[in-house]
Amino acid sequence: MIGFSLRSLWNRRFVAGLTVFAIALSAALIVGVEKLRDGARDSFVNSASGIDLVVAPRGNPVQILMAAVFGIGGTGTAMSWESFEWLENMPGVAWAVPIQMGDNHRGYPVIGTDVTYFEHVRHSGGQPLQLASGTLFIEGQADGAVLGAEVAARFGHAPGTVIVNAHGSGDVSFHMHDDAPFTVTGVLAPSGTAIDRMVIVSLAGFDAIHAPHGTPDADPLDAAGLAVPPRNTRADHETHEEHREHTGHDHDEGSRAAAGTGEHAHPRGRDPDGHAHAPERLNAVYVGLADRTGVLGLQRAVNDRAAEPLSAVLPAVALTELWGITGTAERALQIMAWTVALASIIGMVVMLSATLESRRREFAILRSVGASPAHVVRLILTEAAVLTGAGLFLGIGIFILAARVAGPVLASRFGVQLDTRGFDARELAVLASLFGAGLAAALVPAIKVYRATLADGLSVRI
Amino acid sequence: MPMLRIEGLDHRWTGARQDTIRVGALALGAGENLFLHGPSGCGKSTLISAIAGVIDVAEGAVCVAGRDIGSLGSGARDRFRADHIGLVFQMFNLVPWLTGIENVILPCTFSRRRRRRAGNPEAVARRLLGDLGLDPDELGRKTAGDLSVGQQQRVAVARALIGTPDLILADEPTSALDADAKTAFLDVLMRDCKAANTALLFVSHDRGLEGHFDRSVDFRDLDRGGTR
Ligand SMILES: Nc1ncnc2c1ncn2[C@@H]1O[C@H](COP(=O)(O)OP(=O)(O)OP(=O)(O)O)[C@@H](O)[C@H]1O
Ligand SMILES: [Mg+2]
Repeated sequence: MIGFSLRSLWNRRFVAGLTVFAIALSAALIVGVEKLRDGARDSFVNSASGIDLVVAPRGNPVQILMAAVFGIGGTGTAMSWESFEWLENMPGVAWAVPIQMGDNHRGYPVIGTDVTYFEHVRHSGGQPLQLASGTLFIEGQADGAVLGAEVAARFGHAPGTVIVNAHGSGDVSFHMHDDAPFTVTGVLAPSGTAIDRMVIVSLAGFDAIHAPHGTPDADPLDAAGLAVPPRNTRADHETHEEHREHTGHDHDEGSRAAAGTGEHAHPRGRDPDGHAHAPERLNAVYVGLADRTGVLGLQRAVNDRAAEPLSAVLPAVALTELWGITGTAERALQIMAWTVALASIIGMVVMLSATLESRRREFAILRSVGASPAHVVRLILTEAAVLTGAGLFLGIGIFILAARVAGPVLASRFGVQLDTRGFDARELAVLASLFGAGLAAALVPAIKVYRATLADGLSVRI
Repeated sequence: MPMLRIEGLDHRWTGARQDTIRVGALALGAGENLFLHGPSGCGKSTLISAIAGVIDVAEGAVCVAGRDIGSLGSGARDRFRADHIGLVFQMFNLVPWLTGIENVILPCTFSRRRRRRAGNPEAVARRLLGDLGLDPDELGRKTAGDLSVGQQQRVAVARALIGTPDLILADEPTSALDADAKTAFLDVLMRDCKAANTALLFVSHDRGLEGHFDRSVDFRDLDRGGTR
């Protein structure tokens, strides 16, 4: 039967080919939309791996997550170093990584942090960040920068390259910091996450590039109110007192700088003690807990902090909220893809139905040699199955080809990786339902054929 | 045992005001042939459909190879037709996009009995086509749509004969052929039916063919009367 169907389709190969192609395109579209959605979600989920809580100045959780973890957009105000220290010393907190944002390198987000970032930030289900080449910048080295794989690849940067960043977080830069260049010390191995698109510099370096302008993103009131003790990391506990004195002084100056004196507290690369640089402002803090069951308690404590309005964001919860927002767009895309699929399936039904008239003789002949009407119906359904099945396979091929071609652009521009290695249960279900829809639609011509063969018998009546 | 026995076969097409056919009695033994003639529209093709089991008939009205067609369900009738009956029509006998040989072996794909009896369907098809004066190699290459009408009709006969069915029903298979081709065609058909001991019912309105057959019956003489 299948051989017979294939021969019959081959006899109409031009129209059959067009039909298969139409189905293939819609299958590719549907698979593409699914893969894009999965890729986008994976990119987000993988980027946020290992972070239990993101603390930032009070704001919308989704916005905070987008800005602090994915480098998209920004958080409104800045938070104080004091709050960072408070957080770091909260019971149950295993680690806290300070994050500064708001600059870009040719459109790629620049974040300021310290070396503990590389120690604690994980991706894709707990994998640590790996250097592909070079080294990390050393603590306090103000002009060192570590690049995400994508940034390095895009511009051909390698350890030793001197790069210049710009203020602002988009392609449109307000001001080039060409007076404060960075030297690339290392390039990270690809992680398939937002980190690939980031330029990571030290807190000292991040502050330094703002030195001549003295206008941080921070709320001026907050900045003025900073009487910041130094960063109290476990490592530099012993030198705590000396450090406090020194940086406390710096920060008074820093506040004046913000008010327009033109001076800055942290001449780059000259952090006197070689200790962690305590910046006047932070945009976010990544927090890891020793015991994750305490996460809700800590979240409440942060949200209730009287000294400064802060938000503590659970990445998983914010992501769920984000899916709620993007869900509408996803659904719109899905609906579009399925509409195209519907059109192509209708095209197949039209093709099968249109040929029925001219094939009535063929069916009468088959009946005369012993075919039952059920045989003839099966013939039509087999043809539909062959057309839809071939369409699906060709569609997957088209998708894989398109993903190969467009994949690098998608990865570099949007950080979205299209997975072409296999299909998850959901995607298989989508493909299966497309196949089912094709077969179900073919019932229309099949029933027509059934009626016609019964009525025609052995002689075709016109 | 007669290969075909009809006793009181009535059929009325849906929508018709009266019975299309009312056949009294007709019998045909193995290896016999019968020429059935009658004017156009008298119901010859309807009779063929009834014997072939394509239309519903009353129980006991039609027996083929000892089997009561009317007692079979439609699926069983289709299988029975594939197993026991070979059909040849006036025109359009062949699936145009299959080759001549593929058309000949078509019944073997629907009937295990015919396939078994043919042994090697491809070889038998080639032999039958050769017997009918056709070039088997050419027919293995060309699709049926590319054949002349005369060639098509002979391929149709080969198809009816393959796997030696019990009964061949031929519905005006010669009307598209010229006089010489008709004679040649009939000779081969008769010879092969005799050789395979197959019963042949040949219907036509062309009484000129009567002489080739053992027996000839006027369709109207079969009419068992009554409301018509
Ligand atoms: N499938 C059908 N549905 C309804 N009526 C039919 C059908 N086939 C034939 N008829 C009717 O049955 C009658 C007999 O038709 P049939 O084809 O049996 O005649 P015939 O003797 O074979 O004629 P011809 O010599 O022209 O082939 C006609 O009146 C025809 O209209
Ligand atoms: Mg007729």
